[in-house]
Parts: sequence; structure tokens; C-alpha cells
Amino acid sequence: MTFVHIVLLGMLIVCALSVSLTRNLLTSLIVYMSYSLIMAVIWMLMESPDLAITEAAVGAGITSVLFFVTLKKIHAIKGDSGREQAEK
Amino acid sequence: MSKRRSDWESRLQARFARWMREGFSGLDDEIMVSLRQETSETLPSEQMADDHREMADTRRYERGIALDRLAQYDLNAWVSRKGRRLLSRLYTVLAMSLGVLMIFFLLKTVAMMPRFGSPDTPMINEVTDRYIERGLQETGAVNIVAGMILDYRAFDTLGESTVLFIAACAVLILLRIDWDEKAGPALELIAEEWDDRHYEPKNDRILQASAMILTPIVLLFGIYVILNGHLSPGGGFSGGSIISAGLILYLNAFGFKKAGQFFTYRTFMWVSFSALMFYGLAKTYSFYCGANGLQSGIPLGIPGAILSSGLIMPLNIAVGMVVACTMYIFYALFRKGGL
Repeated sequence: MTFVHIVLLGMLIVCALSVSLTRNLLTSLIVYMSYSLIMAVIWMLMESPDLAITEAAVGAGITSVLFFVTLKKIHAIKGDSGREQAEK
Repeated sequence: MSKRRSDWESRLQARFARWMREGFSGLDDEIMVSLRQETSETLPSEQMADDHREMADTRRYERGIALDRLAQYDLNAWVSRKGRRLLSRLYTVLAMSLGVLMIFFLLKTVAMMPRFGSPDTPMINEVTDRYIERGLQETGAVNIVAGMILDYRAFDTLGESTVLFIAACAVLILLRIDWDEKAGPALELIAEEWDDRHYEPKNDRILQASAMILTPIVLLFGIYVILNGHLSPGGGFSGGSIISAGLILYLNAFGFKKAGQFFTYRTFMWVSFSALMFYGLAKTYSFYCGANGLQSGIPLGIPGAILSSGLIMPLNIAVGMVVACTMYIFYALFRKGGL
């Protein structure tokens, strides 16, 4: 257990807690993405680069993109267009 | 109030019992009885009594309705005031206890696991020794993980690719919006497209310029990862998802029309089908030869060269194609319900 390991694992715990505790769905999704990224770094440090590549591509990339699309479908992303619609 | 309430309770129980017995409520029963009496006893001499009874019936009927409403109101008030709070508290308690239980079991399991990297774990046995000692000689792959996934345990990988393909088919069935060529686009499709446009302005200059630079690099990196799956970390699955990420970036920047020029349902179908078919046939041949790279007649080549390790590179390409197509079609179906 080196210092880097402990810092990364602590960040994992913080990310996991904040995903479930944030109110905004978009924020929690981005935190989830960062969770996957940290996990990829941890795989790399544990000397399994194959898993690291897959985690970064699938966990941080594809899954999050699918989540984003779903949030857009259920109108959970509140940007400028959402405010426009609320004014209407 | 309390008297009425007890009255209602006895009433409800009685009605419930009757409803269980006969299939309809007691109120209907009463009306039926009164109607039957009306039809059987219509003698003119009993006109007055009949009228009287009718009035009593009506009064009883109205009273029943009023009591019913009161009961309904009481129930609604209870649900909205006390019941909801009770239910939410119950939900919180159950969720908390379930979460604590799960955490306890997971921590227990982790605590019982052997130390990371220690030599006396149960995983390190003669199988691992054999993979490490003779993997390079038997599979010809420098990347021992690729050798394991696509040679020793190729059957598992075939199952994984098939599962992905079936998942894509299921999503296709669930989310695809039907589109008749002659009748033009369906109303839902137009609505989805309008919605899409409303939330994401098309032809964004910055996105298009960056996609122009990034997409070829991402696609090239994906192809590199797939082709070097037996030499360096990576392989079919990771390379395929990188390629599909590049395709999704292109689709986001340039829209469905431009992406539809090179990727349609037909492309998806043929690429996935032929890749899975090739995988199955190649592995069948390999198993027919005794699942042994040395006797199959396919040269293993010099370890470290790009054209080496027998079937692993073509199998990597097949898996990569299936994964790329599947992920891309997932995204397209989630977003618009079509390609």
C-alpha cells in the first residue's frame, strides 16, 4: 500500500458517496464518470492494463454517454433550453 | 364521528364479506332486492305503502352513498397525512438496513480474501503455472491475457460476443421506431427528431472542428488496439469500444444524415453476423483439431511479429467489429429510436 494507492482509494470512496448524495442527476453522472476514471488508474497501478483500457473506454466513455442520452430523454438536464421551456 | 366510524367499519366488513361471497357490493344487493320487491308487489291497494317503501329505499341508498363518501374521505385523509409518512419511513428504514447488510457482507468477503499479490492464494495453482510457462509456446501471443481469452478460453469470449449481439437485438426490438419507406417518416420519428434538435443545436462549429481532428485519431487508436491485441494490452473488446466512441463523436458532431451514409441497419446486421459466424467457424475448426494451436495447420509465426499467434488476431478483429457495431447502435437507438 503506497501513498498513491491510499489517495486513490479514498477518492473512490468520496466519489461513491457523492454519487448517491448529490441532488442533481447531471452532477452525479459526472462524478460517476470520474469514479470510472480513478478505477482505471487503479487497475493500471495493479498491473492489469487490459482492464484499465476497457474500464476507461466502457465505464467512463460508453456507459456515461448512454446515461447522458437517457437524462436528455427524460428532460433531467437543465440547461438554457430547459429554462426556455419553463418560461413558455 | 366515532359512532359513524364504527358504523362504517362494521359496514365495510359486512360488505367485504358479502362481496367475497357473491362478487358484488352489498349496496347493489340492496338495490336489486328493492327492485325485485317493486316488480312483485305492484297492487294498487298497496300504492301508499309502496311509495313509502320507495322513499325509505331512496333514503337508505343516499345514506349509503354519503357514508361511502365519508369513508373514502377518511381513507384519503389517512393516506395523505399519516400513511405517506409511515410508508416513507418504512422505506427509509428498509433501504438503510439493506444497504448496511450488503456493506457488511461485502466487507466480510473482502476481509476473508487473501492479500493482494501473495504467493499462496488459491488462484495460483498448476493452471496458472501452465499458462505462464507454456502460454507463449502454445498460443504464440506475447500478451498472455489475449492468449488466455482468445485461445484457452475462447468459448467464453464467443458467449460474450453473442450476449452483446442479443442485447443489441433486444434494444432494437424495444426502442426502434418503425418507418415505412412509402408513407414517409412516422410521426413519432419526426417528434423525436424535433426534440433532439431542440435540446442540442446542430452544426456546432467548435464540436465539428474538434471532431474533425479527433475522430480519425480515435478510430486509428481503436484499430491499433485491436490489431496489436496479441502483442500489447488491449484486444477486441476494448478496441471495439474505442472505435464506437469515435463513431459516436462523429454522429454527435455531424448528425444522423451523414453518419447514415456509411452505417445503416444493413451494415450492422451484416458486419455483426459475419463476424460472429467467422468466430464460430474458426473456433469450431480449432476445437476440431483438438483445441491445439500446433496441430491446426495455422502457423503460429514468430512471437512479437504482428502476423503471429495463429487465430488470435482474426478473432480479435471479429470481436472488435461486433462490439463497435453494438455500442454504436445502442447509442443511436437510445437517442432517436433509429439510425
